[in-house]
Amino acid sequence: MSEIIATHKWERFTFRERMARFAVFLGFAIALSLSISTVEVIPEFLYDAPTQAADLLVRMWPMDFAYYPQGIHEAMLETLHIASLGTLLAIVMAVPVGIMAANNIVHFSPLNWLAKLILVSSRSVNSLVWALLFVAIFGPGPLAGTVCIGFRSVGFVGKLFAEALEETNPGPVEALTAAGAPWFSVFLKGYWPQVAPAFWGIFLFRWDINVRESAVIGLVGAGGIGMVLDTALNLFYWDRVSVILLSIFAVVILAELLVTYIRKRII
Amino acid sequence: MMSDQNNPVGTHAKRSLKIENLVKEYVPGKPILNGISFEVKGTSSVAIIGASGTGKSTLIRCVNKLIPPTSGNVYVSGENITKLTGKELRRARRKIGMVFQEFNLVERLSVMENVLCGRLGYVAPWRAWMRKYQTEDIDLAFELLESIGLVDFAHQRADSLSGGQRQRVGIARAIMQEPHVLLADEPTSSLDPKTSVEIMELLLGLSESHSLPLLINIHDVELAKRYTGRVIGLANGGIVYDGSPAGLSNENLKEIYGGASWLE
Repeated sequence: MSEIIATHKWERFTFRERMARFAVFLGFAIALSLSISTVEVIPEFLYDAPTQAADLLVRMWPMDFAYYPQGIHEAMLETLHIASLGTLLAIVMAVPVGIMAANNIVHFSPLNWLAKLILVSSRSVNSLVWALLFVAIFGPGPLAGTVCIGFRSVGFVGKLFAEALEETNPGPVEALTAAGAPWFSVFLKGYWPQVAPAFWGIFLFRWDINVRESAVIGLVGAGGIGMVLDTALNLFYWDRVSVILLSIFAVVILAELLVTYIRKRII
Repeated sequence: MMSDQNNPVGTHAKRSLKIENLVKEYVPGKPILNGISFEVKGTSSVAIIGASGTGKSTLIRCVNKLIPPTSGNVYVSGENITKLTGKELRRARRKIGMVFQEFNLVERLSVMENVLCGRLGYVAPWRAWMRKYQTEDIDLAFELLESIGLVDFAHQRADSLSGGQRQRVGIARAIMQEPHVLLADEPTSSLDPKTSVEIMELLLGLSESHSLPLLINIHDVELAKRYTGRVIGLANGGIVYDGSPAGLSNENLKEIYGGASWLE
């Protein structure tokens, strides 16, 4: 055995793979330069930005806390009502659609696809766009906001609920079917106990998101704190804007804390 | 103990499971079960043995139509269940109790609720939802839990029990159906040897006390020989042995499982 056996040759990527990776990087670089040229940065405005920001902060200070009981408090409560009612509306719509989308429960693929279509269309439209739509239908106010939040959340809640259903252990379901249980009982005792923690988790998480979203949709007239913010911005009441932003921040933090606490208790 | 006691002995005599020319093809033209026929009556217990993949689980699931057979008939106490669908099928399934290898309990429900799940075929869904079970059902559930030694665990969640305890709950759930036959699909495969023996004794005891024909899929040949009155060996889609456990020779086992070295 005097001859040396050829030493092993090893490369992480083949030539083709290297070229493919290079092409992807090149594509990113081209896309980046194209977007920068489209944005059309005006240098004067960019240099001016720090001064403007400092000016804004100065105008925001001191905060007009006296305005909170006059104009903010009620709008804030309205925001919370919009978020909560909207989430409930979403749940009512999402449970049947979620069940229809779960292919281990509904063994009829056209229905699965229909459900997925509903869920995707709910998610593909931004909540501001939903808000504009419903403001056009119901007129400005909290009703438009609530329905907007509901329709926007169906896709989220329904998709996650359907996924939780699809991940359930089929064993208990088989056992209840073998006992001759009707469909609703099988769902109730076979599927539901398995998905209940996930379901309440999704519900709380979506409520948490909706508190934040409903603060924004008021900007287009869908009620709540956003409408107050819009007015203050338009009238250049910067000392009020800062109080509104601070109260939104406080409410979001409180919602977060509450949701975390409840999740710990139920799961 | 159960309402059956009031029945005349004649109805018990009718309790039977009869399988006639059962064929199951998952892929057309390639039957996994090919013309299976046998009958089980009274309190007799039958073990089905066979290598993995010979269709033991398929056979037992064809009995309650969890898997629909391709052709052939299954009679439970004289009723042909293969043609039934919908509500009639659900009614027929109540007569067939089933015990599973992985227990198939609803983990997050209490032991009591799992046992009561055996009544879901009788109870209206809204009653199940409101947990308004009939008093007789609750009494029966407590009696059963008492008899399997788990009455102290009634309010514990099923996932807090050991494997043997879970299987006992699974068996109680099947008996809650007041079935005419009892099927067990590898009931001891997930359990240690001592617990396996206890579970076999429980199954046999219940078959005796409730006059139930018992059909068990089982891997453990020794356990089958020790506890059942009759052994059916499956190989290549057909029955290659049907007789007493004592008559099961090494030749038969070779035919059922293939090869010989494992027997030495």
